[in-house]
Amino acid sequence: MSESLFEKLGGAVAVDAAVDIFYRKVLSDDSINHFFDDTDLQAQRDKQKSFLTMAFGGPNAYEGKDLRSAHAPLVERGLNDNHFGAVAGHLKATLDELDVPSDLTDEVMGIAASTQDDVLNR
Amino acid sequence: MISLTYGNDTHTCEPGESVLAVLLRSNVDVPYSCRAGACHSCLLRRSDGAVPASSQPGLKPTLREQNYFLACQLVPDEDISVSLPDDALVTGHAIVVGLEHLNKDICRVLLEPATPLYYHAGQYINLRRQDGLARSYSLASVPSVDKHLELHVRRLDNGRMSNWINDVLQVGDQLDFHGPYGDCFYLPDAEEQDLLLIGTGTGLAPLMGIARDALRSQHRGDIHLFHGSRTIRDLYLDRCLRELAEGHPNFHYRACVTGEDAVDEVRHGRANEIAFSEFPDLNAKRVYLCGLPAMVNTARKIAYLNGAAMENIMADAFEMTDLRKEERTERE
Ligand SMILES: Cc1cc2nc3c(=O)[nH]c(=O)nc-3n(C[C@H](O)[C@H](O)[C@H](O)COP(=O)(O)OP(=O)(O)OC[C@H]3O[C@@H](n4cnc5c(N)ncnc54)[C@H](O)[C@@H]3O)c2cc1C
Ligand code: HEM
Ligand code: FES
Repeated sequence: MSESLFEKLGGAVAVDAAVDIFYRKVLSDDSINHFFDDTDLQAQRDKQKSFLTMAFGGPNAYEGKDLRSAHAPLVERGLNDNHFGAVAGHLKATLDELDVPSDLTDEVMGIAASTQDDVLNR
Repeated sequence: MISLTYGNDTHTCEPGESVLAVLLRSNVDVPYSCRAGACHSCLLRRSDGAVPASSQPGLKPTLREQNYFLACQLVPDEDISVSLPDDALVTGHAIVVGLEHLNKDICRVLLEPATPLYYHAGQYINLRRQDGLARSYSLASVPSVDKHLELHVRRLDNGRMSNWINDVLQVGDQLDFHGPYGDCFYLPDAEEQDLLLIGTGTGLAPLMGIARDALRSQHRGDIHLFHGSRTIRDLYLDRCLRELAEGHPNFHYRACVTGEDAVDEVRHGRANEIAFSEFPDLNAKRVYLCGLPAMVNTARKIAYLNGAAMENIMADAFEMTDLRKEERTERE
């Protein structure tokens, strides 16, 4: 059996390495950080682990329906394509910072892009 | 319909309602304070089954095993039967052996527990008045050094417990308490690591405990304590901290005030902002944050953004919002 994308990236270890880099970028970005409640930083960071696990093609319990309901309150608050693009940009920059080979990065970005309609509830 | 049994009564839970919310709505008199899982005042025990770990943040393993949980953190998804904690298990008794007014609004309380308390400096206990009013106060004492438990209580306008402690409580009085609780304390796992301690107001109490605990444990990294308050008068342990700094080359103290100009060694500005401008890179540091929730939450985020690992940020937010269910009309 061939290695999955998640395994090639290094699995849970890769998620751990990426989450702080990624979440710091998101929290520092004034165009999107108002979506991220910072009163419970730890819980929010754990949710970003779910995000990364999913984008890395890892085992997760999320379906389009869950993604929709997780982001529905944000869409009500104005979440749009620009915000989506910003998050995708931080994801890409995180992978670059970790020297992830470009073919794997492309795969991750593909997974992220495929969720756009669910995340934006379209 | 999910039902909640407490004592001889059964109540119906509305969707999404916590156990605490159900009991308060039904006018059941249970202790609580922060409603945010921080203070542990609302500790209850489930008598007919297990509870999810998410309702047990920070509880001792022994309590967790016995299905103790925080009523404000549990939204039941099945019928559940709960009771107040077994008093013998968690209630401590103490006698007030010292009361010292450090300034007009802050007093130092020394307690002697009836049985020795196993705790870490920086943890907190929930003091309970005879009538059941319960509030959290942090431990400024260090177990192996100080004979008594030491608390610093700051009077808040109209605050019930804090005014009572400042004005009415007397040496010789008896108090009940629960605890200790909390995970904001010194860990002897990295003695070379620099520690950054930031506190506002009586947030200094746990930090005093943590700093002295670290020094006693021969901590080798630098310990930087930033204390912030509005006025110079509120820098209530200034002398004592300066002396501590003189006696320990690796302990550094910085006083910051927001409501007055800088004088001598007192800086003007917010303690957290001054601390982070002096230490912009927190990569290898451990950060302790205690005091007003607004400061703690902002500082936690900045500390994280400035490179501190999440597990190296220890925080105690002194949630003080008035959370009683009815508006109070008269001054007590
Ligand atoms: C983990 C933790 C550790 C803590 N450690 C410390 C410590 O070491 N030292 C310390 O001093 N404090 C500490 N606190 C805070 C402490 O627990 C209490 O919250 C504080 O002393 C106020 O209690 P109180 O009963 O005096 O005020 P409350 O009566 O609970 O009043 C709370 C607030 O409501 C306001 N209020 C009063 N009357 C009314 C009204 N009619 N309507 C609306 N609002 C009103 C008060 O002005 C006050 O600001 C800690 C809190 C936590 C959670
Ligand atoms: C790129 C595609 C995205 C994917 C795959 C994704 C995935 C996820 C996942 C799996 C969760 C966890 C849900 C939970 O456990 O409750 C989550 C939560 C969250 N996401 Fe996304 N997300 C994406 C884009 C975005 C964007 C563009 C934003 C906003 C700018 C955003 C903001 C959030 C927030 C704020 C939460 C936490 C919600 C909460 O507190 O409950 N996400 N996301
Ligand atoms: S922990 Fe539940 S009221 Fe504070």
